Amino acid sequence: MNDQFDIIVIGAGPAGISAALEADHHGASVCLLDEQASAGGQIYRNVSQSTPARTKVLGSDYLKGEQLVRDLRNSGVVHRTGVTVWKVGQDGTIAYSKEEFATQIKGRHVIIANGATERSTPLPGWTKPGAMTVGAAQILMKSAGIVPTNAVLIGSGPLLYLVAQQLVTAGAPPKALVETQTKTDLLRATRHLVPALKGWKQLAKGLQLIAAIRMAGVPRFTGATNIAIHGDEKVDRVSFEANGKNHSIQVTSALLHQGVVPNTQITRSIGLKHIYSGQQHCFHPVTDLFGQSSNIVFSIAGDGAGIGGAKVAALSGKISALNAVCQIGKIPKSKCETLAAPILKKRSAELAIRPFLDAAYPPPADVLRPADETIICRCEEVTAGNIRRFASLGCKGPNQAKSFGRPGMGPCQGRYCGLTVTQILAQETKQSHDVVGAYRIRAPLKPITLKELASLETPKEPETVK
Amino acid sequence: MFKLMEGEDAQGSFTFLFEGQPISATPGMSVAAALLAADVSIFRQTPVSQSARGPFCMMGACYDCLVYVDGMNVQACMTKARDGMKVTRVPVINEDIET
Ligand SMILES: Cc1cc2nc3c(=O)[nH]c(=O)nc-3n(C[C@H](O)[C@H](O)[C@H](O)COP(=O)(O)OP(=O)(O)OC[C@H]3O[C@@H](n4cnc5c(N)ncnc54)[C@H](O)[C@@H]3O)c2cc1C
Ligand code: FES
Repeated sequence: MNDQFDIIVIGAGPAGISAALEADHHGASVCLLDEQASAGGQIYRNVSQSTPARTKVLGSDYLKGEQLVRDLRNSGVVHRTGVTVWKVGQDGTIAYSKEEFATQIKGRHVIIANGATERSTPLPGWTKPGAMTVGAAQILMKSAGIVPTNAVLIGSGPLLYLVAQQLVTAGAPPKALVETQTKTDLLRATRHLVPALKGWKQLAKGLQLIAAIRMAGVPRFTGATNIAIHGDEKVDRVSFEANGKNHSIQVTSALLHQGVVPNTQITRSIGLKHIYSGQQHCFHPVTDLFGQSSNIVFSIAGDGAGIGGAKVAALSGKISALNAVCQIGKIPKSKCETLAAPILKKRSAELAIRPFLDAAYPPPADVLRPADETIICRCEEVTAGNIRRFASLGCKGPNQAKSFGRPGMGPCQGRYCGLTVTQILAQETKQSHDVVGAYRIRAPLKPITLKELASLETPKEPETVK
Repeated sequence: MFKLMEGEDAQGSFTFLFEGQPISATPGMSVAAALLAADVSIFRQTPVSQSARGPFCMMGACYDCLVYVDGMNVQACMTKARDGMKVTRVPVINEDIET
């Protein structure tokens, strides 16, 4: 069970599929691992099993994933579905589980294309059943064909508009959009507008989405503050302030979104170098133009390396694959550079819109500096006030915070609170985010059973002939 | 509350049991999606304060959707519903007992 591959790719989204196909094209043996039952990642989730109703709702951008998945099926790539990677060793050894059975494989080079997760949105009441992320609602559309009947969307960013428009098309228009970006944010963003015009197609698409939402008569509130989610046991109401007035809306679903941030569990666990981006308000692993990380065995492609969206992810995947096949000697450096040049150019054009989007839809103060009573660690129910108190007692970083009050020690292993804990500690201790740092992440990356651990054969050294 | 989107039909649907009650699901649905569609929004109670929780991320990151499937603690959003499977709530373990 100890397969060896030239290249292992973790994550079958646009970045991972494109990387796997490119590496396969250059004659490398490639294994693509993904937790989902079918290829596609977040944007193209379940695209090969979509129904006509879903396809109509999810739109043409979603359907673009079909071709990619078909190409994957027709390639020589070994695609293992439904497998959760829970350990990545410095040398390219990877342990994953499928249905309680663990396997270990090894790659000469590993491309990490594990994508993004939605930014944590700690608001009063956000742990109540009925509060979920906007992406979660979209996953329910893509994988189950169901829609919330009585929802508000809260937050900001392109995905908020996309999902609102998809809900309208699905016959379940939301009751309102409660948006947190302000006029000042938009003004600040305008200085990035000229370069952003290179991405005019994306801008035009955004405006179309907003127009469709308006046409459907869905009210939009902007610059919303003091947002709170209410309900005894589950969500029944949302309140907020906008335009100097207090508002209250009866709902059963509160859908939250503040953009997406790189999923750094794997890259952290290998001890790769990370840096905080003030523009995107999150950490990302440090990579060169080719996606090469601080460890020669690992490249990182797609949103996991820094948020760029699906098109950028696909281009990065190809670039990383060229780097990887060059690293293992399948193609010479000169060929790698020649082949990558036009893709790099295309990618930088696709990235031109990012500074504008990042400035126009920043996470609001409510989320970056949650009120004292707000829970920030959902698992251990640690509040923002707790973290501030730990700081006043001398706590300087997230790992130390764990011993003060267990944030990040529940089953999600700090996936949701990590960034918030860093941000609060940076404010309180007046240190930079990079100095405060992040939770140390150790394998197993997801809780596994003893049975799974026991099922793992220890890797055997190849027998030497005497 | 959730409903099937316009034009989507429940072809090939089957049932499984949640706390002894039949829940209908369509092929490919996760346990979490089927429960939400059946108007079950409270999946578990937290060990810290026994407050109610339900699915939050639907992508395997938050662990708020934990349930027992045939006696195993699993993420309902990452587990496909199967005909006849038995799903129950995770018993509440009061953390005070530990101390
Ligand atoms: C919930 C959600 C919905 C989104 N919807 C859209 C949308 O509709 N349109 C849009 O333009 N953008 C959307 N995005 C933004 C999205 O990040 C990018 O558009 C794009 O999907 C990024 O591609 P990627 O290949 O980098 O990563 P992804 O597409 O995120 O793919 C990463 C893959 O890695 C897998 N993975 C992660 N960790 C592990 C592990 N430990 N073991 C095994 N597999 C693992 C995941 O299952 C996933 O399939 C969404 C993001 C999120 C989080
Ligand atoms: S809903 Fe987040 S892990 Fe299942």
